[in-house]
Amino acid sequence: MSAVVTDGAPRLARRRPALKGLGAAGGLLPFGAYVTIFLLVPAVAVVVGAFRSPTGQATLHNLHLATQSQYRKGYETSIELSIIASVLPAILGFLIARSIHRAPAESFLRRLVVSLSGVFANFGGVPLAFLFISTVGNTGLLTKWLSDIHFDLYGDTGFNLYGKSGVVLVYLYFQIPLMVLVILPALEGLTPSWREASDNLGGSTLDYWRHVGGPALAPSVLGATLLLFGSAFSAYATAEALTSGTIALTPIQIGAFLNGNVLPGQENVGKALATGMLLIIGAVMVVYVLLQRRAAKWSQT
Amino acid sequence: MVADVTAPELGLRGIATELNTPPRTRARSRARSIGRGNVTHIIVLTLTAVYFLLPLYAAGKFALTVDGHFSWAGLKGISKQDGFKDAFVLSFKLALVTTLISLALMVPTAVLVHLRFPNLRRFFDGLTLLPIVIPPVVLIVGVLQVAPQKLKGTPYLLALEYVVLAMPFMYRSLDAGLRSFDLRTIVDASRSLGGGWLSTLWHVLLPNLRSAVLSGVVLTVALVLGEYTMATLDQYTTFPVWIVYNDQSSSQTSVAASLLALLVTWLVLIIIAAFGGQRRGRGNREEA
Repeated sequence: MSAVVTDGAPRLARRRPALKGLGAAGGLLPFGAYVTIFLLVPAVAVVVGAFRSPTGQATLHNLHLATQSQYRKGYETSIELSIIASVLPAILGFLIARSIHRAPAESFLRRLVVSLSGVFANFGGVPLAFLFISTVGNTGLLTKWLSDIHFDLYGDTGFNLYGKSGVVLVYLYFQIPLMVLVILPALEGLTPSWREASDNLGGSTLDYWRHVGGPALAPSVLGATLLLFGSAFSAYATAEALTSGTIALTPIQIGAFLNGNVLPGQENVGKALATGMLLIIGAVMVVYVLLQRRAAKWSQT
Repeated sequence: MVADVTAPELGLRGIATELNTPPRTRARSRARSIGRGNVTHIIVLTLTAVYFLLPLYAAGKFALTVDGHFSWAGLKGISKQDGFKDAFVLSFKLALVTTLISLALMVPTAVLVHLRFPNLRRFFDGLTLLPIVIPPVVLIVGVLQVAPQKLKGTPYLLALEYVVLAMPFMYRSLDAGLRSFDLRTIVDASRSLGGGWLSTLWHVLLPNLRSAVLSGVVLTVALVLGEYTMATLDQYTTFPVWIVYNDQSSSQTSVAASLLALLVTWLVLIIIAAFGGQRRGRGNREEA
């Protein structure tokens, strides 16, 4: 009697979630369909289009053109700019996160900075460009202040808001907060007892960062930097509003194809450029995921 | 007793002293060690504050100065500019449609994942991050390629894509909300009291998810009101696209409009952050 019960119970328990799971899986269908139609299909269409001539024949011509002359230059500038606009804010954001991390978790300063980071990190695009034009543009406030003390921001430093240096300066505005948001949890994952252990063994602050904190944080910091790279690489609005296309950046070149500035026969080169962007971002993300996995090792306490 | 405190705190006795020290003293000694590095940290934070606040101040000064004097004219002039009303109404409609679709799609999905497929959670974390990774400029190229002519003729195609762009923010907000209470117990309780799925979702889950839904909605609205890339490439004059056009005729109103849009969004976001923090605080106290 009792044998039957103990025998039957697990089987019943096993069957029920399986059945329910099938029904529940159906509940995920709308989401799956939506993502497929509005995200995956367009992305695939871009890649397929890259291998088609305007008349629909299979060709490698678009991809070939996309790696030549001004488009090659576009990739180079985009990558160079994105590297600067990710490494620099990664360093600055890390320093700020470290300063914030020292404040108690419930302190006003810390909560303020975390909230503000969330706000600033989501802020890009056109308004941001306008903010900086009124600050360090040709007639901006800071430009004027500096010229009052006989310092010509544009002449003396080679700075140009409407060029590469300007774009980097403006990108920092959303990249630094993004870094703070991403790296703060990693800093929190550093167990205080590691620091105490290092201190007790006679290690200095430098020793701690070289042998304990640094290696433990490295995957997170690198991963965050890659995330920033992706964010800078795909940004379009700020750069467009700021430079109106004067510097060759791949996203702006792709946009030009949609605006109809196309030579006949090259209609699909824009898609080849877009495919190139997807490839680069894809490679970056693969490394990112691998690093995240490494980073997760340390946070599983 | 006195000798214990002054002696080098080593070994068992030291540990005992350490354990016996009232927490307040320990906290104070920690505070002192923070004080040592304070100067660097104050410098770091001050420079950061200047970098982030100066552009806001400069834009505010530019927007609110006429002939060298303070004036609200720039701000008041926004609504009188050509095309402002149409652009703003369009952006507002897009925000509304995007939010409704996004909620209808994401709330049931997020609840389902947390309740029935907890082992898919990591997969969904990654999947919902995809839109951040795919550049909007690439996405719009593909969308304009595959969208049927009928959809291309309406701005609501943008709303459908904004749901995708907002997915990371909406899902993340809901995810955080769903982790903050014991979902399974609450759902089982509701179900065992005879609640159907819909009434459980509506009467039990949504009230618990209120702040998560709210922050997801605000982030979505902020995204729609600020999105420029897709709108301009799809040739629709939404609010941000208008700001750029308008700059050629009146840069002061464009700066004023940018600033206003930002401040309103920020205000709402900060209120929500404060609100969320408060709720979390209360939850902790109940646990303790």
